Amino acid sequence: MSKHHSALIELTIARTKEFVRQGEAVFWVFAFPLLLALALGFAFREKAPDRIPVGVIAGSSSSSILSSLAKSPALIARIYEARQGSEALRTGKISLLVEGGPPLVYRFDPTRPDSRVARLEADDALQQAAGRRNTLPVVEKRLTEKGSRYIDFLIPGLLGMNLMGTGMWGIGFSIVTARMNKLLKRLIATPMRKSDYMMAQMLSRLIFLVLEVATLIIFAWLTFGVGVNGSIFTLAVTCLVGATAFSGIGLLVAARPSTIEGVSGLMNLVMVPMWLLSGVFFSSERFPDWAQPLIRALPLTALNDALRAVMIEGRSITTIATELAILAVWAVVTFAIALRIFRWK
Amino acid sequence: MTVTDDLVLSCRNLRKRFADVVAVDGLDLHVRRGECFGLLGPNGAGKTTTIEILEGLTDQDDGEVTLLGRSWNDDPQWLRERIGISLQETRFNDKLTVRETLRLFRSFYKNGRDPEALTADLSLGEKQDARVGKLSGGQRQRLAVACALIGDPEILFLDEPTTGLDPQSRLELWEQVHRFRTSGGSLLLTTHYMDEAERLCDRVAIVDHGRLIALGTPSELIGSLQTANVVEFASEPMIPDSILRTIEGVASCMKRGPNWSLNVSSLATTVPALLAVLEREGAKLLTLSTHQSTLEDLFVSLTGRELRDE
Repeated sequence: MSKHHSALIELTIARTKEFVRQGEAVFWVFAFPLLLALALGFAFREKAPDRIPVGVIAGSSSSSILSSLAKSPALIARIYEARQGSEALRTGKISLLVEGGPPLVYRFDPTRPDSRVARLEADDALQQAAGRRNTLPVVEKRLTEKGSRYIDFLIPGLLGMNLMGTGMWGIGFSIVTARMNKLLKRLIATPMRKSDYMMAQMLSRLIFLVLEVATLIIFAWLTFGVGVNGSIFTLAVTCLVGATAFSGIGLLVAARPSTIEGVSGLMNLVMVPMWLLSGVFFSSERFPDWAQPLIRALPLTALNDALRAVMIEGRSITTIATELAILAVWAVVTFAIALRIFRWK
Repeated sequence: MTVTDDLVLSCRNLRKRFADVVAVDGLDLHVRRGECFGLLGPNGAGKTTTIEILEGLTDQDDGEVTLLGRSWNDDPQWLRERIGISLQETRFNDKLTVRETLRLFRSFYKNGRDPEALTADLSLGEKQDARVGKLSGGQRQRLAVACALIGDPEILFLDEPTTGLDPQSRLELWEQVHRFRTSGGSLLLTTHYMDEAERLCDRVAIVDHGRLIALGTPSELIGSLQTANVVEFASEPMIPDSILRTIEGVASCMKRGPNWSLNVSSLATTVPALLAVLEREGAKLLTLSTHQSTLEDLFVSLTGRELRDE
């Protein structure tokens, strides 16, 4: 005799297997957010300035000139024969042609801004290589510091949006399909507890949560260098509470509809306003003051704010207690209502 | 032991109305322990509504239901542990295997049967690890019955268990019903196949428009026809029924498709007399067939309509 597990465990296992065996669902949960992050990340990335092409005429000192120029992050240099070098300069393939000396010769067209920059950069690099010392100390501050870029703002928002989407789609479609197939009716013809069925839907979601969050965060770290400044524990708790809230909302949305169209419409009704209002792509503080209390109460706003507080500002769990409380209330209230109004037939 | 002790299921004066249709109109049914009871009727007779009320899945407007001495209001969980149900159309999860589906259903019951042994019993052993989505219609139906049996029920409800199945799958399902009965189970099934009812059921209730129109063992019901045989024929030209009714031994006659159908007490008397009439009228016989009366004939004689409106 095989051992028989509790209904809650078996329901969770069954739901998990059903999900994993659905290729398209796995794509929407895991691959889609990565593609979105990638596309948006590249669209808004800070561009490294293009390197300016520079030529060096072949000669006895050309290789040392080349290695000095290579130290400049603004230039990209290569060696030309004298005739080809002039030709390249005239046709605009290079902005500056350097001929070894002494004295060094810079050939360029001063009406071309790129040529003037190339001359300054090349001269700077070559003079430093020859031993020039700066008499005035300087420090450069660039606006590309980690944590202040758009991608740092975007990734927590995408994470929140993804937790919302997978909670809704993952739970909504599976329940409505089971209702359409009369599987729900068959299930309540057994002694199965109704709350077990609904809890299993949520638990199964939480199994994927770890993978889902880890994939996006590791991807963002590797691709864009977006780190987590707060503790992983706080991040995990935030994701868990957020995912539970959206599972509850998913259950509530799926509680009545008996067609996929019906549940899709409801899901969009719930999700689209939050995509806009809850600060996924831009800060929700841009909306007028009178709307703020309402926007603060939305679960995605609470989740996004909490995720940003942890990931960007590195804040502790006690400072995001309000957001976590808002999410917990959403989770409990939606689950309770869903259980009451759920249609099994 | 009194008669009521022996009942596993009974309903009295059951009524259910949907919008503008009366689906069940004052039905009384009693199923005895160890019995296979059939609800026979055409599509739309109220069979499914009736069985779903008895299963506790639909609320009746009026009337009482008692299963194993309790009502659905008393203790639904207690009853759910003791009955097994196969609905008319359930699509189990396509992505799960047969084994996984049965494990899941087993987990709902405190006591029940071993999933592996059950799949073997239902000749699904080789399909244990096949996804439900890949099963044939017959295999799915057997899985539905397996899910109904997994909790080792005292009463088994089967709603149209063989509709749409090929003959081989029907036979296998009938075999399962026999086995369940041999082990002491009681059964309520609905069907619109008269041969299924005659073959499987100890007693049959024929329902039409939500009302009971006949009740008894299949042989009692057929016996109630008084005419043991049916003669069907077609001729060119057709003979008017005024003449047919005068033929010796013809109790009644009616049109069934292009044929005349005569309910007769004795073939030996009526067939020669019919041929003589055809000869006299100068009519050419196109087809002639005879069979022993069935529940189908009973239904036709009671309602004037065919059981299967195909």
